[in-house]
Amino acid sequence: MSVPEGALVSVCVLLRDRDVLHARRVAGQELEKLGARSVKKTRFVTAVSEIGRNAVMHGGGGEARIYSQVHPPCVTVVCRDKGPGIADVDAALCDGFSTAGSMGRGLGGARRLCDQMEIETTVGKGTCVTMVARL
Amino acid sequence: MSETETSTVLSILRERFDAILDGWISTQSDEGVQRTDLFSHKEGREQTSSLLRAMITGIAEGDTGSRFDLSSEPWTELRTVLVDVTQERSARGVSPSDMASFVLALKGPIFFQLQELLADQAGELVEEIFFISRVIDAFAVYCTEVFIAERDRIIEQQRDQMQELSTPVVELWDKVLTLPLIGTMDSARAQEVMENLLETILQRQSEVVIVDLTGVQTVDTQVAQHMLRMASAVRLMGAECIISGISPTIAQTMVQLGVDVGEVTTRSTIRTGLADALNRVGYEIVHKAKQ
Repeated sequence: MSVPEGALVSVCVLLRDRDVLHARRVAGQELEKLGARSVKKTRFVTAVSEIGRNAVMHGGGGEARIYSQVHPPCVTVVCRDKGPGIADVDAALCDGFSTAGSMGRGLGGARRLCDQMEIETTVGKGTCVTMVARL
Repeated sequence: MSETETSTVLSILRERFDAILDGWISTQSDEGVQRTDLFSHKEGREQTSSLLRAMITGIAEGDTGSRFDLSSEPWTELRTVLVDVTQERSARGVSPSDMASFVLALKGPIFFQLQELLADQAGELVEEIFFISRVIDAFAVYCTEVFIAERDRIIEQQRDQMQELSTPVVELWDKVLTLPLIGTMDSARAQEVMENLLETILQRQSEVVIVDLTGVQTVDTQVAQHMLRMASAVRLMGAECIISGISPTIAQTMVQLGVDVGEVTTRSTIRTGLADALNRVGYEIVHKAKQ
């Protein structure tokens, strides 16, 4: 993925569930500042929640960087972990795919909830997911 | 002592202990950080002198030169005293900056004593001042860290208290329970809420449970999964579960996530949820005049 658009707003360490809450709150606040409607905000916040939780649960923790840009308005969240990586991204994006006994809707759902999502992953090295919400 | 950069300071501290102590206390007083309104002179003096004694131990046994490290073993006593003094002072309302000034006020008296002793040895004087400054600065920084750690602890505690507060199971009518959820649902909390709910169902012989999500802002797959599990556990106990408070925004998001609620009854507001629940246990809400 190219360099995220806009300025870096916050770097959130993701180690526990509550760190995910913090990251998604910051993302929501940035969207609010740009005047996003509530549906837009809820959708993106939910996507950040899914991806952030993946980093905590599967990636053994990581960090989320939140970027914001006024012209054209968009918020970008880059979520990176140093976990085992995803062996088959296409399979992981399918609904119902889960290695943890969860719903298996997170990754595919998150992609449907943002305007743009890119996954870069290397088995054994980690995963980096970039999510963009455009207003 | 492994380095000699502060040997003069050490001897000054030992030989002129009382003079430095008095100097420190009077600097505190000059700078308005002595806080005699919160501490008696005796208490203030005790705190100050125990800090000074711990500092002598640290300088005598630990490194003060380029390898100075406040977190190392010889400085344990000083760290303990700093933590005690900081906590005691913060509990009585001393601000972090006042606490730092309180510690930094020690510089003046030590510098004056050094100046007297090393008046004709400028090189050594600068060196001693440089190293002892670093040590005292580190004390002040450490005090601030103690302050922050204490605040963090309070925040953590309040978060726990909030979690406990926000999971009441309320009996609305005979056989009808409601569980208004607020904030966020992580696994630990979901578990706690579920246990609480199932226990109450048993006690009250309830038949319908309304789980209200009005106060939950984000429903992601984790929250949805907890909800659905809760609903099936409720059903296994022979009761019915109604999930209310699904806002239009949450409904759209859940559809896009691909969450299927299956056979679980959902309602947009707790009001419709309640009417539905009463109906199922054989009650009806009617307007008096129309009876």
